[in-house]
Amino acid sequence: MLKKRIIVCLDVKDGRTTKGVKFLDNVDIGDPVVMAAEYYAQGVDELVFYDIMASTRDRGPTLDLIGRVAEKVFIPFCVGGGISTVEDIKNTILAGAEKVSLNSPAVRNPDLIGEGAAIFGAQCIVLGMDAKRDPAMKSGYRVFINGGRVATELDALEWAIRAERLGAGEIVLNSIDADGTRDGYEIPLTRMISEHVGVPVIASGGAGTPEHMARVLDEGKADAALIASMVHSGEYTIGSIKAELSKLGVPVRP
Amino acid sequence: MTGIVDYNAGNIKSVERALAAIGAEYRISKDPRDLAGTERIIFPGVGEAKFAMNELKKTGFDSFLRDWAHSGKPMLGVCLGSQVIFEHSEEGDTTCLGLIPGVVRRFPADFPARGLKIPHMGWNDVHAKNGGTALLRGIPDGTNFYFVHSYYVDPADPTVVTATADYGFPVPCAVKRGNIEAFQFHPEKSGTNGLRILANFTGVSLPAGMQGGASC
Repeated sequence: MLKKRIIVCLDVKDGRTTKGVKFLDNVDIGDPVVMAAEYYAQGVDELVFYDIMASTRDRGPTLDLIGRVAEKVFIPFCVGGGISTVEDIKNTILAGAEKVSLNSPAVRNPDLIGEGAAIFGAQCIVLGMDAKRDPAMKSGYRVFINGGRVATELDALEWAIRAERLGAGEIVLNSIDADGTRDGYEIPLTRMISEHVGVPVIASGGAGTPEHMARVLDEGKADAALIASMVHSGEYTIGSIKAELSKLGVPVRP
Repeated sequence: MTGIVDYNAGNIKSVERALAAIGAEYRISKDPRDLAGTERIIFPGVGEAKFAMNELKKTGFDSFLRDWAHSGKPMLGVCLGSQVIFEHSEEGDTTCLGLIPGVVRRFPADFPARGLKIPHMGWNDVHAKNGGTALLRGIPDGTNFYFVHSYYVDPADPTVVTATADYGFPVPCAVKRGNIEAFQFHPEKSGTNGLRILANFTGVSLPAGMQGGASC
């Protein structure tokens, strides 16, 4: 059977991995290439690199980083942040990434999703979505862009469904409310999105324990769980998390 | 020397990097003439079948691959390269290379309602069928490999299927017919066990210490 994926996210800024809480106060926690190789050795299923400053800079350093990761890490990885043209998508894939995550640029130009999918296939195009609770929205969640700083008029559920139609092959769903809190994923949001789209959903934001992960993978119906602080802090390894998930009945790759 | 067919279909570089990492000699080219003298070829690819077939025609690799199939020299198709070797794909209603009789079908539309997302994306355990294949030598049955696909191969002759992975049904994920073998999953993205397949194909031994990506 298909396993639930454990994905580690590395937020990259100026060539270094950083970690913030609720998208603020980023601190340097290491070299992304070294960290990627370590998580690969521990048995992580996939990696995501998110270049949190890319939209304001030239993409050269990011492409160089992708190349260095791809020489060492023989599992899939996704790159997001500042990818706003078909040319960016092409360069990122050709540099060695399996997938690109489109977030703010997809909101500004939804056609980018379909244009990318037409060339590389839907499986290469991931919709990255930052959602925040908002009772004024029909689904109860509003989409934010620019690293969670700017509110849009998009309803999270409507946007997910539309992105799938446009050609997104996967959705990374990040809860702004839960991000960095380590209090658990936003289960109702994840479940709602996952039940209404036909593509895999990666839950993101709020992981603190393997129990949180098991809950979002089971109750939240997520296909994969994205983590960062849990392993960056050294509190858990991929191996210890998978052992725990296995005990909790979650099918994971040994 | 292993040739890698480069026809603008996605991330061919992943295969190149994997061969470099295991120390296999390779030549990658967009020109079929460069690969004619190689001992074996890898035919990778991700993306859309129609786009891929058009690129194969443009580059001349379509006739090259048909000739290669008759040459008796080993050929390894990966992902999209495991699909377009069949006769027809439902993706874009595309006429394919026809190296192995059979068709490529989309996963049933009712899959998501049954909790089976499309694409079939992630790690799934692979089980040998019909005696398996020498390329999985040294790899325990039930090992997980990385998949990402929305279409699957449906060979006319079921005995060409050498492995399956369960996703709603036993999905054929490895086929072998004569000198042609193909995997739906990505050996180049499946950690150590994937690299071992590529080492088996290229005839090199997996370098010591090349561990990681978990052992099974």
